[in-house]
Amino acid sequence: MHYHTPASFDEAAALAASATGITRFLAGGTDVLVQLRADIVTPDTLIDIKHIAGVHDIIQMPNGGWQIGIAVTGAEMTEHPALAAAWPGVVEAMDLVGSTQIQGRATLTGNLCNGSPAADSVPAMVAADASVSVCGPKGAHKVAVLDIPTAPGRTSLAKGEMVTAINLPAREPGGGDAYLRFIPRTEMDIAVVGCGVNLRVDGGKITHARVSLGAVAPTVLLVGEAADAIIGSTLDDAALDRLAAAASAACNPIDDKRGTIEFRIHVAGVLARRTAKIAYDRAIAAGE
Amino acid sequence: MSLDDVKTSGFKYVGTSPDRPDGVDKVTGRAKFGADAYAAGMLHGAIVRSPHAHARIISIDTTKAAAAEGVKAIVTRADFHTDLSGENWNIMENVMAGDTALYDGHAVAAIAATSVLAARDAAKLVEVTYEILPHVTDVDEAMAQGAPIIRAGAADNSVPDGLHPNVVRYHESGHGDVDAGFAEADLVIEDHFRTEATHQGYIEPHACLGTLGGDGKGEMWCTTQGHWNVQKICSALLGMETSQLRVTASEIGGGFGGKTTVFIEPVALALSRIANRPVKIVMSRSEVFRASGPTSSTSMDVKIGMKKDGTITAAKGVFRLQGGAFPSAPMEFTAMCAFAPYNLSNVKQIGYDVMANRPKQAAYRAPGSPMAAFAVESVIDELCKELGLDPIDTRLKNASHEGTKASYGPTFQRIGLVETLEAAKAHPHYSAPLKPGQGRGISCGFWFNFGGETSVSLALSMDGSAQIVVGTPDIGGSRASMALMAAEELGIPYENIRCTIADTASLGYNEVSHGSRVTYASGLATIKAARDAVKKLCGRAAAKWGIDPEAVDWVDGCAVPSGPNAGDFDPMPIAEICKRMGSTGGPIVGHFEASPEGAGVSFATHIVDAEVDPETGKTSIVRYTVVQDAGKAIHPAYVEGQYQGGAAQGIGWALNEEYIYGKDGRLQNDVFLDYRIPVASDLPMIDTVIVEVPNPGHPYGVRGVGETSIVPPMAAIANAVSQAAGVRMTELPMSPPRVLKAMDDAKGG
Amino acid sequence: MSKIHVTTSVNGDAVEFLCDPRETLLDVLRDRLHLTGAKEGCGTGDCGACSVTLDGRLVCSCLVLGAEAEGHEIGTIEGIANGEELHPLQQKFIEHAALQCGICTPGILVATKALLEKNPDPTETEVRYWLAGNLCRCTGYDKIIRAVMDTAADLRSDMKEAT
Ligand SMILES: Cc1cc2nc3c(=O)[nH]c(=O)nc-3n(C[C@H](O)[C@H](O)[C@H](O)COP(=O)(O)OP(=O)(O)OC[C@H]3O[C@@H](n4cnc5c(N)ncnc54)[C@H](O)[C@@H]3O)c2cc1C
Ligand code: FES
Ligand code: FES
Repeated sequence: MHYHTPASFDEAAALAASATGITRFLAGGTDVLVQLRADIVTPDTLIDIKHIAGVHDIIQMPNGGWQIGIAVTGAEMTEHPALAAAWPGVVEAMDLVGSTQIQGRATLTGNLCNGSPAADSVPAMVAADASVSVCGPKGAHKVAVLDIPTAPGRTSLAKGEMVTAINLPAREPGGGDAYLRFIPRTEMDIAVVGCGVNLRVDGGKITHARVSLGAVAPTVLLVGEAADAIIGSTLDDAALDRLAAAASAACNPIDDKRGTIEFRIHVAGVLARRTAKIAYDRAIAAGE
Repeated sequence: MSLDDVKTSGFKYVGTSPDRPDGVDKVTGRAKFGADAYAAGMLHGAIVRSPHAHARIISIDTTKAAAAEGVKAIVTRADFHTDLSGENWNIMENVMAGDTALYDGHAVAAIAATSVLAARDAAKLVEVTYEILPHVTDVDEAMAQGAPIIRAGAADNSVPDGLHPNVVRYHESGHGDVDAGFAEADLVIEDHFRTEATHQGYIEPHACLGTLGGDGKGEMWCTTQGHWNVQKICSALLGMETSQLRVTASEIGGGFGGKTTVFIEPVALALSRIANRPVKIVMSRSEVFRASGPTSSTSMDVKIGMKKDGTITAAKGVFRLQGGAFPSAPMEFTAMCAFAPYNLSNVKQIGYDVMANRPKQAAYRAPGSPMAAFAVESVIDELCKELGLDPIDTRLKNASHEGTKASYGPTFQRIGLVETLEAAKAHPHYSAPLKPGQGRGISCGFWFNFGGETSVSLALSMDGSAQIVVGTPDIGGSRASMALMAAEELGIPYENIRCTIADTASLGYNEVSHGSRVTYASGLATIKAARDAVKKLCGRAAAKWGIDPEAVDWVDGCAVPSGPNAGDFDPMPIAEICKRMGSTGGPIVGHFEASPEGAGVSFATHIVDAEVDPETGKTSIVRYTVVQDAGKAIHPAYVEGQYQGGAAQGIGWALNEEYIYGKDGRLQNDVFLDYRIPVASDLPMIDTVIVEVPNPGHPYGVRGVGETSIVPPMAAIANAVSQAAGVRMTELPMSPPRVLKAMDDAKGG
Repeated sequence: MSKIHVTTSVNGDAVEFLCDPRETLLDVLRDRLHLTGAKEGCGTGDCGACSVTLDGRLVCSCLVLGAEAEGHEIGTIEGIANGEELHPLQQKFIEHAALQCGICTPGILVATKALLEKNPDPTETEVRYWLAGNLCRCTGYDKIIRAVMDTAADLRSDMKEAT
């Protein structure tokens, strides 16, 4: 294994482009090092991105949107009051990742690029309509977070491409988001089901909504039917029932050590209700 | 010993909770645990393990591994002693596979190299050719007709004809006529229960550092609950004389029964013998889960008859335990403990020890008993519910007491079950109101406790301070308890005593720290050794005073004449006697070497409140109270710690912990992230009540406390969850999918 | 395979070492620097026994490469006491019998010290969630939580007295 500490994105991407064998970027390392220790993946080339200028910054853009550096840890996000106020669902989702110790290292980018269908921050980012900035042989461009994961452990990033930042849109007035996951314990578990909801209200009525699900399909799901089920409503019981049904219907899960198919389908509906209520309350509070 | 000889009051040191002697070492990181030893020239070992649940080993090609950088030795089964039988053979087979890999994770070869990474890399280069055989991991399936046979001819002659060869031992016990008893009952309930295997989950993985030279002399440093046992087994497996191997126990990072046997220790010695250098082996967490001892999994049927007034008329249990690919499941303990809390005229219990393609089970706190309690106490709860009876009153009505003929044979001496039930009933927890969605469960639990070979010596120093040398590793503060008991006997301050865990060359044989025996047996031995020393001290004073040794008493650390007739002398303090010991007869050392047998059984009653999320089936434990008889709590804070720790492990076992095997027979959840032991935020504070009903078999009335605390939790929680969920839970763990499904099925049907 | 030269600071001492790129900070602390207070309970971030601070931030040393320590400040259990004088948390852990076997204790002390520096007045729930990544199999956490809460209360009253 060769370990590199490039000082710029270009240098990092060039290293990745020219490397042979297995290449990994090292952000917080909380996936990379586990896979190394467990003999699942031993990279030939390991590119530590933490020495690149600006990667530790959280920046609010002139348009109100947010740019989160690729080495920003979960703990640093939680400690950023303005970000937490704008995107509480995304921040809380990242905060659910692992323990205090993991929070000291783990990044949004790593969570996304590791490609786990159960990654907690990913449904929250998808609900938020987040995108990533990518650099590489094809030059700099943006890709929707939704389009990054392609299968468990796989992403759409080509050889030599890397994420250079995560972009969250500006929080619009009357908007709120939330993320909940189901785990059997209170902490230190991988999501059996995760659900992100981001919505906007006007006069109590939901005008826009995005509902996403994690751990119920090979990749994160953006469930249009679930959003449609609550748009135009005041999140009354009937709307919640429709939402739960749509969320459950969208699931395509597997039976594994963490949960059964039927359990995941059922809990997806339960979580969708609970998450939507929190997002709705936040949106109402924001609109006041 | 009778109760008259038991000191139950007037203690000065016993019953207080001073700081433990090894406290500073353990809070500063100085304490040396298994993996903390290093030796000059040391090599690192790595073990090659079978990825198959059951496979014939056709060949092991080590050519590439041997050529890899830094590799100094490779061993396979051929490098161990061949002439083994009985349990030694079983352990050998588990430590290193012979012809056949018997479970996922079974060791097949091992490497020693100059660094950890070199050893791990080389292990990947060992080429093992397997012929995959059909496998079975479930206990019921392993007993069923047509199940793959794990080892023909492994059954002993207890097994009735006609059973599958995987059934290797059979147990039957009880008394009375259960059929007649069931006929007398107003209500008979029979149910089927299953529990999955769990792991002890000690945070410290197995670790050892072994040296075996060409001179046939060996040294072993390891984390273990019993180093004499390590000495005995390792020497047998390596074909060496027992006394030529000296074993030193490191500080031990938890064991709970799982460190009572050996796994890597003989391998390190075998590698060292070839490389002629010290070899250290440390298991990874995944290896701990895959290849060290979990518990048995079980399938059980329990049937109990009750009269309307709550009297149990008869009880019968059938307990099938899978203990891995070896005859080892503790099914007789399961059977014998099952109904022990109750005074029954008609009782019968049957046990089956079943082999399956899993690692050899190892003891886990009260081995076998928690599963039985889960089944039995669930049925009692259901009977109480159907008959409208209070669960504590009903248990009190049937409770075993002094003079009861135990379900497993003997007649109970003084025991404390009734006292624990009464204390539970009086506890504010039992009458506290429940919130909607919550349920309350109670359960009793029983464990035998053990004595076993024990040897202690207590040497006095010239300044009158004392050093106790014991042979039982300190897992949870036992040095403090030993020092307290010695202080009590010698009449000198606790701080003036140092307790050391001796290596195998420094003391006689000590049985493994298991069966809750340490405070009981090493404690008894410490008291007896102190009394032996006191006798010698009195003798020195008597000689000085020129009176009869019988005329000298020991009071508050001084020799005093026993009465006016003995003579008029000033008390002679211990320091004064010790200062002159060289010239008055030589060193003063007290000894005790024996196998105490009066361990004194112990009972507990637990109360738990659980809340179930009706939409997801997720359970939270909202309140927990442990009531247990300690006989006498020497160091109450550590007794409470044992109660709380047992309860916490029981909560894990009840709710989420389980071995999950895939269809391929491989363990799916070999990391803590997926083997879900309770984390801090999962648990409430755990309230404790120490009941003290003296054990007639110990000078201070001590009973072991380490194990009984894990017996009631699963049943108590199952009773609470069943009440909260509105449906009887009969399978462990009561994980959210399982509870949700049970609730759905109950609604549907 | 060639080794990486790393210059770093451990408990305030300047330290240099050579390590394989695959070696973790935990491996380096234990096997190269012989600071064996940090323990490996899992090697995969699940148990917290290897907890250390990296520039003051609580991390699992098993999930940091030795090479990543370059230029940073590492704090371990060995640096918590001031010579003979125990940190109040260490003292309270002994007093409250908050350790049984003691294998989890170094990690839990490093973690709780980091907690109290950030939040001197945590609730029981906050302590429990902060420590969710520090497994203890012996105690059921009860006495650990009590020791932490008691230390926090003491430190707060010391602060008051000092001001
Ligand atoms: C104990 C424990 C508990 C955990 N709990 C959770 C949990 O609850 N929920 C959850 O979702 N996850 C959990 N995880 C997984 C992990 O912590 C998260 O996925 C984390 O967010 C990964 O971030 P990282 O910075 O550590 O990633 P790294 O390990 O550094 O990298 C992960 C992957 O992302 C790639 N990558 C990193 N940066 C870039 C980049 N700039 N461009 C392209 N690719 C990149 C790497 O090549 C690698 O494949 C847990 C892990 C542990 C050890
Ligand atoms: S050893 Fe690092 S978290 Fe367990
Ligand atoms: S005291 Fe043993 S693991 Fe915590």
